[in-house]
Formats: sequence, structure tokens, C-alpha cells
Amino acid sequence: MATEGTPAVELRHVTKRFGDRRVLDDLSLVVPAGRAVCVLGRSGTGKSVMLKHIIGLMRPDEGSVLVEGEDVTALGPRELARVRQRMGMLFQHAALFDSITVGENVAFPLRRHSKLPPREIRERAEALLADVGLAGEYEKMPAELSGGMRKRAGLARALALEPAILLADEPSTGLDPVTSGEIDRLLVELRDRTGATLIVVTHNIPSARVIGDELVFLHEGRIVAQGTAGELDQSPIPLVRQFMQAEGAG
Amino acid sequence: MIVSWLEGVARAARFAGRVLVEAVRPPFEGRETLRHLYELGVRSVPLIAAAGFAVGVVLSMHTRSSMARFGAEALIPAGLAIVLIRETGPLVSGLLLSGRIGAGIGAELGAMKVTEQIDALEAVAVDSFRYLVVTRVVACVVALPLLTTLMNFTGMLGGWVAESIITGMPIGTYFRQAFQPIQFSDLIPATLKTTVFGFIIATVASYLGVNTTRGTEGVGQASTRSVVASSILLIATNVLLVRLIQFVYP
Repeated sequence: MATEGTPAVELRHVTKRFGDRRVLDDLSLVVPAGRAVCVLGRSGTGKSVMLKHIIGLMRPDEGSVLVEGEDVTALGPRELARVRQRMGMLFQHAALFDSITVGENVAFPLRRHSKLPPREIRERAEALLADVGLAGEYEKMPAELSGGMRKRAGLARALALEPAILLADEPSTGLDPVTSGEIDRLLVELRDRTGATLIVVTHNIPSARVIGDELVFLHEGRIVAQGTAGELDQSPIPLVRQFMQAEGAG
Repeated sequence: MIVSWLEGVARAARFAGRVLVEAVRPPFEGRETLRHLYELGVRSVPLIAAAGFAVGVVLSMHTRSSMARFGAEALIPAGLAIVLIRETGPLVSGLLLSGRIGAGIGAELGAMKVTEQIDALEAVAVDSFRYLVVTRVVACVVALPLLTTLMNFTGMLGGWVAESIITGMPIGTYFRQAFQPIQFSDLIPATLKTTVFGFIIATVASYLGVNTTRGTEGVGQASTRSVVASSILLIATNVLLVRLIQFVYP
């Protein structure tokens, strides 16, 4: 694990094109270990694409992505799998495996990557579900859960391997304010308890204010503003100020 | 148009080549392969058994009317066995299973793709290609010859039922007469060629499934195209394999 202050994630001049469109345009970002960074921006500005580059689901056309000092763009499948075991990702729509139960979803990473006996894996999965307020939901199928519960189950799965880096793609989108607040609280608690690095993509400014030590504003594939919430409130860029004032967004 | 079609064919061929390489390279996903063997193989038993029985009855009726013209009713069991084992059993099994299995794989993997479940698998450091594709292909390659053998058997059973209603022939006599002229070159190559059918069905459906785009509409298209493409490819390949078998066993 990267020690506090050293870069946990570093994007160096990353460019990604889809056809003629540059979704990420010479983007550079350093996220120090143990920090919580919220990535803001309008829809289609490359926020989710950036997360997918960090976990190696996409490769940049130019530039490099370093996770705890290792360039994930240059790793083979086995090395990439090793690095991914140090990360967790909460997907926008949770992306639970719908052919297995909620509990098996949470237990899945443990079954794959730990040598724990099955009973202990089940206990760990139940404890993780309890941590996100889903105690007793182990045997339910994902289709039986509400949107908020699915998100929380997705978070439990992302936390199963106790990741040093947690990526969350719009964790509060589509949730009511109470559930959204619960997810924010879980993320803050996680950071405080484990010292994990958080990179959270969100449209939700109130969430970003709660979670983020630092906010990054993406526009047309580039970072146009970076700083604390207070600093972005005073940004000289009208779009950033307008975005920050949209307290109800999300 | 032609260039893009050829590019698509080249991508599919690379995909099939990768399946062949990964299928023999450890570590193997034994548990998942067995699960698919059950889902794709065992659950196809009622379809294959019922279809085989019906095909046997119909073939027996046709064979009887043809043989009776030449006064060769005694050859009915043997004629039916040769037709069924050499061609009808393998081809009908292949086409039925391209419908049941091909559509299922195309739809399931397509749905996983559009709901980011495949990305989620990769994010928890699991090789999605080996876990989702190779396991299904191996299960199909194993299941097809077994299901074809079942179809041959139930087909012969159907043939005996049709024959016994008319002539009252005992089952022992029927099967003795049926299998008397059957040789190694009739049974084994024809049954083993269905391993190729299994490879085609699962590989085509997996390729179309994991390359699904455009949401639920794309899932439906992947499912339909899986059946159409694998059926056409299966029929074309059958012609080549029959010629090959006749060349090796003249």
C-alpha cells in the first residue's frame, strides 16, 4: 500500500478517443494515498471513462496510468489482476451478478482471491452486508432489491477485499436524499477507518462536499478546476461556479 | 461494407482462436464449467429426448413406406439406425441446441455486457473471457456428443414404437437388427463431429454476446443473431465434415 501522501493513483497525459471525439484530452491527475477526491463535471465529459482507465478496463490511446507506482497500461493480464485486487469499484448501476444471490455477490471476490474456508467467507460477506445496512439480505437475488439496496450491496462487494483504493461511479445517482446520505456516510467512514484512497465520480454537489478532501472539475476531457469545495465555489470559471451552486443536483 | 464485414470475420476468428488457446491453458474454471454443463447440457435432455423420439417415429414411418415398395421391410431397423446415427441425429441435435443454447448464451452474455457485469468481473480481478466464454464453450463441446447419443437412442426407441404398433416386433429383435450393420465408422466420427458443432454454437453466441451494444435492443439482437449465425455455420461446417469423414472412412 502506498504510504499517506505518496501518489496512490496518477494519470499522466492520458488521451482517449472514441472515433473522432477526444473523451479524455491530455488529462493529468495525482491522487495522494488516503485522500478522497471527487470528480465533477457534466454528463459525457469523461468521468466514468477516467475511472475505467484507472482500474484497467480501458486503455488510453496516449499517456499512462499509475496505480501505487505500477503502470496499469503496460501490465499483462495476471499482473493487472494482482493490481486490481488492491482496488474496489462501485459501478453506477451496481452491476451485481444477477444469477447469484446478493450474499454470493459479496462473497465472490473472497471466494476467488482468499484462502478462507467457505464458512468464514460467508461470515465475512454477512458482516459486510451488515456494515452497509443489508443484514439478513444474503439469500435475496439482486432483482429483489431496490436501487439503493443494490448500490449498497455493490459497495459491500467492492469492499470485500479491503481495497487500498476505492473507485465509485456516481454512487448517489437515482437515490433519494436519505439513501444518498447513507452512501456518503459509508464512504467517509470507510476512508476514516481504513485509510483507503477514494475516487468518487459524482454529479451530486452536496455529496461531493461531504466526501471530498479535494474536488476535480472535468470539462471536455480536461481538468479545468481543482481544489477544495471552498476553492471551487470561488472559481473564476463561470461553469464551475454554476455547477457548485447547484446544491440540489444529483 | 465488405471491408467492415471482413474485419468482423477476422475479429470473430481471433476470438475463436483465443478460445482454443485458453481452453487448454491452466488454471481451469472447473466448477463453473460443471455448472454450465448442467445448465446447458442436462437441462437440454427433455428437449433432445422428446425431439429424438418424434424424429424416430417419423423416420420409421417414412422408411417403412419406402422399404415396403421393394419388399425390404426387414431392413427397416437397420436403415433407420444408419440414417439416424450418421446424419439426422447429429444435425438435428446441433440445430436444436443452437436454438436453445445459442440464444441463451447470446442473451445472457449480452445482458451482462450492457449492465456492466462483465466489467464488474474484471474489476474483481477475474478473467472474464476464461470465466464466461471458455467455460461455456468447453461445456458445449462436452455436452453435444452426449446429447447426440441420447437423441440417437430415443430416435431408435421412437422407431421401435412405430414399428411395434404395426408389426408387434419385440424391442430386442428390433435393436439387434438395427445395430447389426452399424460399424465404428458410422457411429464414432458422426458423433464426434458434434464437438465441432458445440464449439461453433458456444463460440458464435459468446462472441455476439460479449460484443453487445445498444442496451436491451442489442441483447435481443445478440440472441437472434446467435441462433441464425451458428445454425448457418453449423450446416456449412457439416458439409465439410461429412466430406472429411467419407474421405477418411471411404
